[in-house]
Amino acid sequence: MTERENILSRIRDALRVPARRPLGMTETPLPKPEDHRRVLPKVGPSESDRLSLFASNAEELRARFVVLPAIEALESEMRSMRDAEGWTRVASHRGELTDIACAKLGIPVLLTDGGYDKNDLEACQVGVTECDALIAQTGSVLVSSRSSGGRALTVLPPHHIVLARRSQLVADLPEAMALVRQKHHPNYPSMISIITGPSRTGDIERILVLGAHGPKKLTILLI
Amino acid sequence: MTTAAAKFKKDVRRVTADLRHRRIINTALDGYAVKRDQKKSLFQDWAEARRLAAATKYEAINSLDRCLEQFARGLESRGAKVHWASTGQQACEIIVGILKERNARSVVKSKAMTAEEIHLNEALARAGLDVVETDLGEFIVQLRDEPPYHIVFPAMHLTRGEIQETFRKRLGDAPSDNPEELTMVARRVLRQKYIQADAGITGANFAVADVGLISLTENEGNARLTGALPRTMITLVGIEKVVPRLEDLALFLPMLATVGAGQLISGYNTLYGGPRQPGEPDGPEEYHVVLLDNNRTRLMADAEKRDTLHCIRCGSCLNVCPIFRNIGGHSYGTTYCGPIGAVLTPVLRGLEEWKHLPYASSLCGACTEACPVGIDLHHHLLEHRRAAASAKPSWWQKLAFKLFAPVAASKLLWALVTKSGRLGQKLHPIVLGTRLDPAYVWTRTRDLPPIAKTSFKEWWRRTRS
Ligand code: SF4
Repeated sequence: MTERENILSRIRDALRVPARRPLGMTETPLPKPEDHRRVLPKVGPSESDRLSLFASNAEELRARFVVLPAIEALESEMRSMRDAEGWTRVASHRGELTDIACAKLGIPVLLTDGGYDKNDLEACQVGVTECDALIAQTGSVLVSSRSSGGRALTVLPPHHIVLARRSQLVADLPEAMALVRQKHHPNYPSMISIITGPSRTGDIERILVLGAHGPKKLTILLI
Repeated sequence: MTTAAAKFKKDVRRVTADLRHRRIINTALDGYAVKRDQKKSLFQDWAEARRLAAATKYEAINSLDRCLEQFARGLESRGAKVHWASTGQQACEIIVGILKERNARSVVKSKAMTAEEIHLNEALARAGLDVVETDLGEFIVQLRDEPPYHIVFPAMHLTRGEIQETFRKRLGDAPSDNPEELTMVARRVLRQKYIQADAGITGANFAVADVGLISLTENEGNARLTGALPRTMITLVGIEKVVPRLEDLALFLPMLATVGAGQLISGYNTLYGGPRQPGEPDGPEEYHVVLLDNNRTRLMADAEKRDTLHCIRCGSCLNVCPIFRNIGGHSYGTTYCGPIGAVLTPVLRGLEEWKHLPYASSLCGACTEACPVGIDLHHHLLEHRRAAASAKPSWWQKLAFKLFAPVAASKLLWALVTKSGRLGQKLHPIVLGTRLDPAYVWTRTRDLPPIAKTSFKEWWRRTRS
């Protein structure tokens, strides 16, 4: 017998005796997304509720959240960040928004799409990516290896810039999970990540430090 | 007394008297409690959230065979290799085997309590591999050759000064004791390690059955890098980590972060479903998932204790435990400490050797109340005590109860004993704190509560007349 069969048969043997249900429950049906929504933190019904909730969450998480009035403002926003931070190398991937954002920066842009050298990516000060969604409830960004230039681009450069369209802002986690399933099932990308704020640690005396391993800065531009 | 028990007693005596230790832990945990309550209050109904989470884990564990098969199938369909290990040793052999076959030398690892449980680092070191822990807290305790102090906060017992000292000794780089600067030292050192590493090893927080995805929670981005840069990726996961559906994460991710660290959601919650897929620019060429039993099926076979497999290792029961706060994480001498450790260890490693742990509890029930999945922790502790006592009754306890029974059964004797007790307590200060004190074992470290001036019976008689 293989270990797989050994383990499964031990489980089956064990499960012959039913266990008492937890917390005095008499039945335990699997909760539905509506049940989750009833207990999770509240999100208002309108788009402006979602926007303001996302903005206040981002602020608490020390991420920078900017709403750009139109796609035309993207280029100039990128240029002003380039000047303020003195970027010399940018990393990104091909995409409708990323192409526009990186087109007129006037500095070398490493595109990860066809593969890249790890050291080259490490040398970039910024990673510019698209995303699958923004989540108002938690101030999070949903990315994946398919939508956001692979696994490393969203975590290796010290500054991560996320570009999103207004229509990508979802209300809550149940909606984000439904989106992941609907978009990918059953061919999931090899990595999907919910990013909430810049990289952080509290491992030294529980004092918050940003940029432990991943980005020190997270900027979210909503177009 | 067993060796584990003797060591426990010795360590406890030392740590409880260490006021500096107590100050550090209390400061950290008080800060945590404020943030946790603040995040909890954002939930519309925490009690109901707990019920939903408990119900979900109940279903997962009580259909675990089906869940695991589904989980493995999903992963395999994307080209991941799923391994099954009945024991810790088997799991270590599988992992070492994978690494040897690929001629791997250096390995980066992100925090995994299951790896601590099976002593994976020692096995890798014996095989000549260079392993670096990348979670900052784990990195610090690894440099100090210590086990993690807490299942979520591995270095919470250390001050910035001690960490500076460790970095200076082991890395030759510690500009100051500023937490930010110390973190940046670790960042610099570890960046190079990620880029050079041949393989990355991670743990898992959830195994999502219906889609065949691993879910990993962290704040630093170290697990993200571990899963992004090396050519081979290995995830070690206990079979109890299953949740039935992708949708369940919408509840579990924020609950874990809230009670685990006082955050609404952790910095990175990442799902891994396989090696690099066609059309993806990076990621490992191979992805191995090692499913670990290591006596979990034994817990499962005891229907009474099966709910302990619902545990999501949030650490919340440790944080609220008055005993944990005083004796500290290392005193337990086990991988899993605190109330959940005291429940799990006697089953995983033998009741006879570890029966002292269930007694490391005031049975106040704070752990049970704190548990996000509703595990009846203090009830299990009591059950362990009962099992230990009936397996091997202690002679002095038997004697004590033999003497107590006739006293308690006789009005006259009872009155005599309580009256003389009251008198004795008046004279007690003369010997208090010295070896002559008959209650020395107790009074050495504790106050002796005074016997009531009037007994209930006397009071009753007086007020009625
Ligand atoms: S027993 Fe409950 S509170 Fe303790 S670590 Fe497990 S899930 Fe958390």
